[in-house]
Formats: sequence, structure tokens, C-alpha cells
Amino acid sequence: MDHLDVLEYQSVYILREAYREFKQLVMLWSIGKDSTVLLWLARKAFFGHVPIPLMHIDTCYKIPEMIEYRDRLAREWKLNMIVGCNREAIENKQTFPENNQTRLQCCRSLKSEALKHTLSGEWSRMVMDHQSSEYVPVEGGEPYTGVIVGVRSDEEGSRSKERYFSPRDRHNDWDVGDQPPELWNQFKTDFAPGTHVRIHPLLDWTELNIWEYIEREKIPIIDLYFDRGSGTRYRSLGCAPCTRPVESTAGNVSEIIQELRSGRFANIAERSGREQDKEDNHGLEALRRDGYM
Amino acid sequence: MLQLSSISSDEKSIQHERMNIVIVGHVDHGKSTVIGRLLADTGSLPEGKLEMVKDQCLRNSKPFEYAFLLDALKDEQTQGITIDSARCFFKSDKREYIIIDAPGHIEFIKNMISGAARAEAGLLVIDAQEGIQENSRRHGYMMSMLGIKQLAVCVNKMDLVGYRWEVFDSIRREYGNFLREVGIDPQAFIPVSGRNGDNIIGPSPKTDWYKGFSVLEQLDCFQKESPRVDKPLRFPVQDVYRFTGYGDNRRIIAGRIETGKVSVGEDVIFLPSGKRSRIAGIEGFNRAAETTASAGQSTGFTLETQIYIKPGELMCKSGELQAKSSTHLRVNLFWMSPQPMIKKKQYKMKLANMQVPVWLTKVKSVLDASELTTSSNRQQIERHDVAECVLESLRAVACDEANDIPQTGRFVIIDNYEIAGGGVILQAEESTDTLLSEHVRQREKSWDHSSITQGVRSGRYNQRSALVLICGSVGTGKKELAKALEEYLFNCGRLVYYLGVSNSLLGIDSDIKATNERDEYLRRLGEVSHLFTDAGMIFITTVSDLDDLELEIIDKLNQPNDMVLINVGEGGFVRRKPDLSLEKVDLASLQKIHELLQRKNYLVEYNL
Repeated sequence: MDHLDVLEYQSVYILREAYREFKQLVMLWSIGKDSTVLLWLARKAFFGHVPIPLMHIDTCYKIPEMIEYRDRLAREWKLNMIVGCNREAIENKQTFPENNQTRLQCCRSLKSEALKHTLSGEWSRMVMDHQSSEYVPVEGGEPYTGVIVGVRSDEEGSRSKERYFSPRDRHNDWDVGDQPPELWNQFKTDFAPGTHVRIHPLLDWTELNIWEYIEREKIPIIDLYFDRGSGTRYRSLGCAPCTRPVESTAGNVSEIIQELRSGRFANIAERSGREQDKEDNHGLEALRRDGYM
Repeated sequence: MLQLSSISSDEKSIQHERMNIVIVGHVDHGKSTVIGRLLADTGSLPEGKLEMVKDQCLRNSKPFEYAFLLDALKDEQTQGITIDSARCFFKSDKREYIIIDAPGHIEFIKNMISGAARAEAGLLVIDAQEGIQENSRRHGYMMSMLGIKQLAVCVNKMDLVGYRWEVFDSIRREYGNFLREVGIDPQAFIPVSGRNGDNIIGPSPKTDWYKGFSVLEQLDCFQKESPRVDKPLRFPVQDVYRFTGYGDNRRIIAGRIETGKVSVGEDVIFLPSGKRSRIAGIEGFNRAAETTASAGQSTGFTLETQIYIKPGELMCKSGELQAKSSTHLRVNLFWMSPQPMIKKKQYKMKLANMQVPVWLTKVKSVLDASELTTSSNRQQIERHDVAECVLESLRAVACDEANDIPQTGRFVIIDNYEIAGGGVILQAEESTDTLLSEHVRQREKSWDHSSITQGVRSGRYNQRSALVLICGSVGTGKKELAKALEEYLFNCGRLVYYLGVSNSLLGIDSDIKATNERDEYLRRLGEVSHLFTDAGMIFITTVSDLDDLELEIIDKLNQPNDMVLINVGEGGFVRRKPDLSLEKVDLASLQKIHELLQRKNYLVEYNL
């Protein structure tokens, strides 16, 4: 059993706990490498099937290849695919690219708000119909009480303080100072009505582990992560206006792994290309307290 | 400054051993500084992070401290205390470490416990100037309870006491004695200064009287846990899957093997129900087919026989030492909730994947972890107490004593949706006098019986009362049979009543959380049966997928009145034989049941 096996078995255990204990369970899929590994781990946990619906919060500023890749996998793997969006903010141009908001305000509105209201069922959800391969709007859905998210401790300071099962109150608020103890693989799976729980199966995985696992399992990953000839690639995938590519000629998974292990990125934080993290030192943590991923 | 090892892409095998270490200690004794220093001096910080934090401190006119590297959150930078356990990754030449920095303040002890419970070894930090404090002792005791056997003690802030050997030695002797009293043999005591870096990575000229390892070297000396494969098989059933909606007919028993190993073709037994079967296959996705699965693997099995197994059961191998089944557990537990643990209140125990209601029936002794004194006549367990006590449950718990197999010998207690306490099993006792028997006895004692006896009632009604319980899997037609039976007997002039509980409440596909609520309903069913049978009626009901233990609960609660057991379809009972087994429900079924009831003299015929 190697280190990837240990990580896989623990993540599978957590996914199965979540599936057994939470009636209204959903998995967030950001199309990036981490949540795609998470999706793959669900197939491991449930023997090839994905009995949990997947949710993508579309800010409408995502790089278009991401949307194509999402829909292709949704069709191939017959995923129960749900898309949420803050339609009102987009229509009223209340966004950063339209120069009406700061980056953080835009994140809050297009991501946190959209997430909160799509999870609760207040806003409509676009669900993929596998007969027509089109998305159809569904109104008044049941609120989701268990939300599986692919965050890792090593990504960013505030995420390093997370639990595997982390409660959120009615307002999606995260009380970081008063978190439940997690003892001997016994997690908080009992909760009062009105709260929901965030589940984090990837907490112990590092960026390197993610790529090693992608290589081992041959998981199909969106090719924006690779240099396609321009000498640049994306290390982290956010919205196009706020994500900068990095200089790198790594064209495939093993080159990326090499780069991480001994090359240029061995000491540079993964999210260093994400502009919103630099605004107000604790910006991401404040966002997360209010329900961001 | 140590360089990070560069690894060529060929050398995939090194550096992949990983170890979880927890750092604990009284508040302000300098744990975070020690870690910050470790990270900085081994070059494990992301590029630019050190400069970034130093910059911030300049901007905010604060002197830079290594502890700030971990205190990523706003709250902590202002208060100066670590609230939660942050994880940091760092590497030595030997292995990768996840350092869990646990809070030192008493209020955050549950966070410290979460951090420590994941660890394979611990570092405990004591301030040389302030000396051993309350949490120094409490954390030491907790480490012992949590099963951490490898511990090194850092006597920190040696710079404040002039690096004097006498100060270090005095703490070493006093604390060493304390640790031995609570069952830990510490691997080392190390004099350090987190602020100045002495003995963190390498030796320091200021402590030339010290000949031992530096912190980094000591970490590399800690050993990984020995393989659990050599112990008897313990496979807690996490869930049972049948993804028929995806065209998959396999019934897969899923979970993680805690200890031991098992192969295709081996005989297994599920506890506490006692059901037996044999492994037909080991299931997986995107992996080579395997015939053996071992400890640590999250996997799934298919069985040769289609038996109904509930999540929470424990699978063992027939030929090996099996887990114990008991309703009477003597345990050591620590309590974290502000509400004390009291008697006569129902709590939930989670052990491996089993969830059972439990009651505190006896408090044998309580240890005050800061003073190390013991009280013997407490009636309840307060927050931060460690107590030896007795917990009882209505349904049997499959477990091991923690000294034998820790994985199936430790549990948590849930109160009001929270993990309120945790503990280890000292002894799983076989008790003939269970909570249930006691309850029934009490009930009979406190019942104010009327002057109309059972005999008189039977005489008037021409029948003896009984609970007629019809069992079998979902979809075998039990309900229709039960209703038809009621109608039939009613038309024969009998006093009869049918009460059904919906499958959505008790069926195996029910939405409610498995065992707990089902137990509750079955108990209510038992009590309701008792009322009807006491009143002289023939009470008919059905339950799907009942096992021996659940049957016993209903039977006991219905006593002293009779129960007639009818099973439809495949048998689910190991210990008790049904009074009538029907292969399926058909036109002859009613007649068979009627004959049974007559034969057993429940239906008295009036012969003129």
C-alpha cells in the first residue's frame, strides 16, 4: 500500500459516510483537477457509479473549454449534473469585469451568493436531461443538507483549519473557532434541522498528490493545465478575468509532476496566480466564513 | 539552512512515507513558535511566505514572530492564541510530515483532541521558565488515553533561563515521573528555544551539556505503526449497496478493513447478529482484480448467500478470534461537553460503524486530570473529566477490548448532535441481567393490575392472547396476509387487532438513519403489543428484515404474554426457530396459521 492508496482509502471512507448519513447530498464540481479527482474518488467509492448529484456554480466568466469538458463528462458518465448561476447580477452587469464591483465583491456575488441560493433551492437549478443532453430549469428543489467540496488543507491558510465534516449554519456561516472534534474517524454526521454540513474528503491531499493520482488512474483532465505551445499553462483554474496563467512548458501530467517535485514550483503557492487572494490579506478567509468554498 | 531534497522522476519510492505528528502544550508555552521555526529552518515554507509575513508585521508595527506563520487567521493574530489545529506539511530527509498544531488553551481542548487523535506521535512543549502547568499534565494524560505511545517533550524558552541545565533537568525529572504514572514512556526530553532556533534542526553551542537529538532528528526516530494485518479480521460494515438503478445487481458490503485480511472463499460471520456466509468476490473500480483484501483498504465484498446485513455490523472470520457482543460495557471515557454526562439519559454511542443508544448506569471513579486525584462517589461526569464507568445498551454491541484491538475498542458519545465524549472499552461483559429485563421487571412492578386476571379474560373471550408476528423480507406479501388474517379471525368472532408500521419507517430502504430510529420504533411496537395482549386480544403485526436481536427486544417487551412467530420466505433467524415457516403467501397460508393458533390453544373452541 503506498501513500496514494492511503489517501484514496481515507477519501473513499469519508464519501461513503456522507452518502449513508445525508439524505440530501450534493457534490460541488468546479471542473478543476481537484474536484475531478473527487468525482473519480466517488466512482471508486460506489464501484463505478456516481449516485450523488453534481453541482457547478457557473459565473459565466469561466474559460469556455471548461464548460465543454464539463458537459462531455456529464454525458459520458451519466452524471446527475446541476448548474447554478447568479443570473440577476450578470444581467445587471454587477461584476468585476464590467467594472462595477471589486474582485472580492464579484466573488461574493457570483460564487458565494449563487452557491448559497442554489443549494437552498431558492434559485432555479439547471439540470441535465440525458435524453436530450440539454439543461432544463428546475424550480423549488429541496435544500441540500450535505455538500461535498474538494478543498485541500495545503491550498491556503484558512482551509488548513477545516474538518472532514464541517457544519454550516442557516446563513452558510462558518464558525471557525467552534468546530466539532473529529475523533478516531468518527465525524459529525448528526445535525439539527436547518444546518448543513460541508464534507471535505481531500483535506490531506497535496497538489503533488493530486497530480500523482491523476497519472496513476489516468483520469481525464481538462487540457488548460498543459502548455499547448504558448509556453504558458494554468496552474489553478478560476474565472478568466482573475486567473493568470504561469510560464511553463509542462505539456503533460508527468512533466507537471516533475515541475512540482524538483523544479520551479516546488516552493511557490498554487494559488499565487489568483488575484483575489492578494486583495486584503484575509480576504479569502472572510469569504469562507460567509460560505465560500 | 537545509535544502529540500530534489527527487528525480525515477525515484518514486522515497519520501512517500508520511507521518502525522501532533504538537501540544499549555497556552503560551510556544508550540507555534517551535513549528514556525521548524518550517522556516527546513525551507518548507512556500517561496515568499516568510518575507510576506515579515512585511505584514512591519506594516502593522508588530515585531515578527515565527508563530505568525501558522496563525493564518485574523482572530489569532490579535489574540495571540491558536484556536484550532492547523495542519502543515513539511519534509525531512527521511519522510513527509503532517504537523498538527493543537491549541493549548483549556477551552479548546476538543480541538486539541481532534488533532491528537490523528497523530502517530506527539511533541509536548513546556515553558522552561513557567514550568509544568495544568494543560501540560492534561495534554499528557489525553495523549495516553488517545493511544499515542511515542512522545518527545520540548523544554522551550531555554533562552529565558540562561540555557541552564538545572532548570531543564528539574522539569525532565518531574514531568517524566508524571508521564510514567499515566502510562507513557517518553522517548526524549529536548532543551530548545523556538525563538532562537536552538536544538530545533541541529545541535546548539548554548546547550553543550545536552547530548541528545534535535527536534528534527527526534521526529525522524519515531516509528510508523506496526502493520495491522496480523491481527484477526475486523471489517465494520459501513454500508450495503445495490445500484439496481444503474443496472448493477451486485449486493456489495462496503467498508474499510480495520485489522486482518480476508480472501475469496473464506467463511465469515457478522456480529452481533451472528449471520454467516462466505466471500464470493472482492469488488473495486479501475483496479486489478484481487483475491485478498487487507487492513487499511476501503473495499467491498459480495457474498455467496444473500443475507440481510445492516450497516454497523462487524465482519469477522469464522476460524479466528471473534469480537465480543455485549450490552454491558466497562469503559474509560473523557467528557468534552459543557452539559455533564448523567444517568437515566439516552446518548448515542458510535463505535466503528455501529450506532447504538446507551445509558450511563454506573460511575466507578473520576480522575481530575490536572490534579491527578480520583473521586469514587460521583453521580455524573463533568466537562474535562476522565471517568471509569459502565455504559449499557439495549442492543448488543460488537467490540473488542481496547488493549487487544484498539480500532474496535474505542468509541464516541453523541449528545445533542455533537460529539460530547470519547472513550475506550476496558471490558465487554456478558450480562444476563440486561437493561431490557430490568425495564420489563420495573414495568411489571409498577403496573397497577386490575382484578380481572388473564385466566378470567380468556374464559370470557374464548381465546388466549398472543402477539402474532409475521416476518420476512420486503415484498413477500406479509401485510396482505396480516390484514387477511385479521379479517378472517374477526369473522370467526375473535377479538383481534392489526397494526402495521409503514415500510418507509422500518424497511431496509428507509430514509431515516438506520439503527437508532428503527430500534425506537421496534421498542414502541413491543410496548404496544404488550398492552393489547394484556387486554386479552390477538395482536397481529408485521416487520421486515427482523434479526434475532430485534426479535428478542419485541419478545421481551411483550412478556409475560406470548408471541407466535411466523416467517415468510427465506429465514432470517439464527437463534430462534419460527413457529410456522411459509415459503410464500398463498391461498393456503391463512388456513395454516389458523391451524397453528388452534393447535397452540390460543383459539378455544366451545364444544357443546
